[in-house]
Amino acid sequence: MATAKRKQLDRRWLFLLLFVGVALPLIFVIGFPIETTENVRMVYNLVENTPPNSKVILSFDYDPGSKPELHPMAKAMMQHCFDRDIKVIVTALWPMGVQMAEEIFSDIQSKNPDVKYGIDYVNLGFKSGGIVTIQSMGKQFREVFPEDMNGTSIDEFPIMDGIKNFDNLSFVCSFSAGDPGIKQWVQVTHDKFNRPVTGGVTGVSAPSILPYVNAQQQLTGLLAGLKAAAEYELLSKVPGTATSGMDAQSIAHLIIIIFIVIGNINFRRDKKAEKRGE
Amino acid sequence: MKRKIPLIITFVVGVVLIFAEFIPHKPFGLISGELEKWYLIIAGFAIILGQLNLFKVNLFKIRYKQQNWQYFILTLVSFSVMVLCGIFWGTQNNPGVFGNGAAIATAMGDKPFDYLFLNVYQHLSATMFSLLAFFIASAAYRAFIARTTESNLLLAAAILVMLGNTSMGSILTGWLPESLKFLHLPRISEFIMKYPNTAGQRAIMIGAGLGIIGSSLRIILGIERSYLGGK
Amino acid sequence: MTHFFSVLGIWLGALFTFAIFSFLYKDNPFYKIAEQIFVGLSAGYWFVYTIFFILMPNLFNPLLQDFAVNWIKLIPAVLGILMLLRLIPSIDWVSRFPIALVIGTTSGIFFLRYLKSDVINQLTATIMNPFHGANWVNVVGQILLIVGTLSGVIYFYFSKKHEGAFGVTAKIGIYFLMVSFGAAFGYTAMARISLLIGRLQFLLGDWLGIINP
Repeated sequence: MATAKRKQLDRRWLFLLLFVGVALPLIFVIGFPIETTENVRMVYNLVENTPPNSKVILSFDYDPGSKPELHPMAKAMMQHCFDRDIKVIVTALWPMGVQMAEEIFSDIQSKNPDVKYGIDYVNLGFKSGGIVTIQSMGKQFREVFPEDMNGTSIDEFPIMDGIKNFDNLSFVCSFSAGDPGIKQWVQVTHDKFNRPVTGGVTGVSAPSILPYVNAQQQLTGLLAGLKAAAEYELLSKVPGTATSGMDAQSIAHLIIIIFIVIGNINFRRDKKAEKRGE
Repeated sequence: MKRKIPLIITFVVGVVLIFAEFIPHKPFGLISGELEKWYLIIAGFAIILGQLNLFKVNLFKIRYKQQNWQYFILTLVSFSVMVLCGIFWGTQNNPGVFGNGAAIATAMGDKPFDYLFLNVYQHLSATMFSLLAFFIASAAYRAFIARTTESNLLLAAAILVMLGNTSMGSILTGWLPESLKFLHLPRISEFIMKYPNTAGQRAIMIGAGLGIIGSSLRIILGIERSYLGGK
Repeated sequence: MTHFFSVLGIWLGALFTFAIFSFLYKDNPFYKIAEQIFVGLSAGYWFVYTIFFILMPNLFNPLLQDFAVNWIKLIPAVLGILMLLRLIPSIDWVSRFPIALVIGTTSGIFFLRYLKSDVINQLTATIMNPFHGANWVNVVGQILLIVGTLSGVIYFYFSKKHEGAFGVTAKIGIYFLMVSFGAAFGYTAMARISLLIGRLQFLLGDWLGIINP
């Protein structure tokens, strides 16, 4: 008879350790270094190389469930656009994205009152329909978004002057937590209308979106998760919540790796004990 | 009529949209543009249908006193409160039937609809997803065991990516000389993501893409009819 | 008054956060209450936003403001109402008409977009000269990319038995898929930890005021 397996650790101890392991570095900041990666630099350079007064779409395709990951990068990107005098048109394929964008804009505006609604920024609100809506935007933008989120006709905003389709935009950037999101923007905006697309995604979806960063430039760079947000904050020299969260992220990863190692050691021991028992 | 007309609609709409890609002029361009606008409106009604259906399902659970039925009362109450707040006082920027809700917004700091979103919904949603941090750590401890070549590859890739994606990776191998920088953990992680990961994900993408193309054609040609339901 | 509601809001957020976290110890009524409130509020939010952001600007307002020009929008309006009739079992079949239009539109667009973006463009990005690289690391990577993609696609071909040279290639494909699943796990762990960090930033910052959020 095989020997009894080693008793598994009650997982609640692991939960507690992880909780403390994440909380402590947030209180006692270590300040680990952050290195930038190629994909983040590509996104940063796209904004840097966009001429002032150009118009871009930032699409907020996420909800509070992904806020800790995507909000910091969206904030850094919007701030970067305003710093470069780039006009920001906000859309949302997720209904709660509208509120996410508003939170960021009001925060930026409270520090920089020169940024004006309707001139430097407009929030066109949410539209359902995902890929079909994006395709329709490429043909008849003003029909899809006849009004902004306040119900004001877009004809009244200087920022919307001359916007008929994607040709009038320098690039589209989607902060995406899933479907509909960045994939649909790539499929339509780049692959049909040939306009540059960039964006940020949650860590969960990053591996499946990365194939679009290729020689065809279906995606121009990609911000993947909190680490990329911290890199973007570093590049734009505006440290935020992503930077302050990186210490905790590092410690948490280390805890998970240590537990993977312990799990494997236990497995080997059990296997050896089983063999001896036989 | 109950099945044939929907099949004809699907066929015509699908074919028009495919034709419009190659002949974007009249009448195809015009029709496809109009169909896309219709889709947006019908999709809106579909969302409303989803929410009403949720209400109906929960009502049934309460009526027939299914297990834990008391909790479903809360679902209906919170749904109704959110909808009524939105309709009565509107959202942050939209007026409701009681006007713009300026007085209540001044008292509460936000309109009731936005107050509930910011102070209740937002936290519930973020916390619900953050629970997964604990379960993924527990799953890694219990299930990430090196047994075969495949599992070894999986394990190695996961650990290298996890290390490379934090500052820990930079510290551990930051001392390497320039000639050995390709062994620097963040670079290894970047390499894995850029090449072997992209290769695997691209294979999945191409496979899934071919599957979607096949399914779309089957639907347009009326071979696949399951979306019409029974009878 | 505003200050009261502001403090109440933060406390509500903290209490609901703990109600959800209590599930980590074991399932309990606090978690169940928070869960159902989450579902209800979410559905209510979608409902209100659909009315304010889709049906009003794209349907009701154009019809009310200029009916003569926008009368054609009555067609999707009628189809939308037919969609809602799905809730009445005796006549739910009428919802097949709008569903057929939605499915037809989606199929037509998916057919084109997936063919271009996920098949043709991905193959084009794969079929390249692997030796055209800045350094040997890139060259190795590009060879891996080509071998991995092609062998991975072969693995997904199930109409032929995986044996002989075909089986070996499929096996190589599995290895690449395993590496990408491992990488996906690494990124998923990172994502979930980020969400926990977000929660703790709220609890330690906004609620307790220990850190600067």
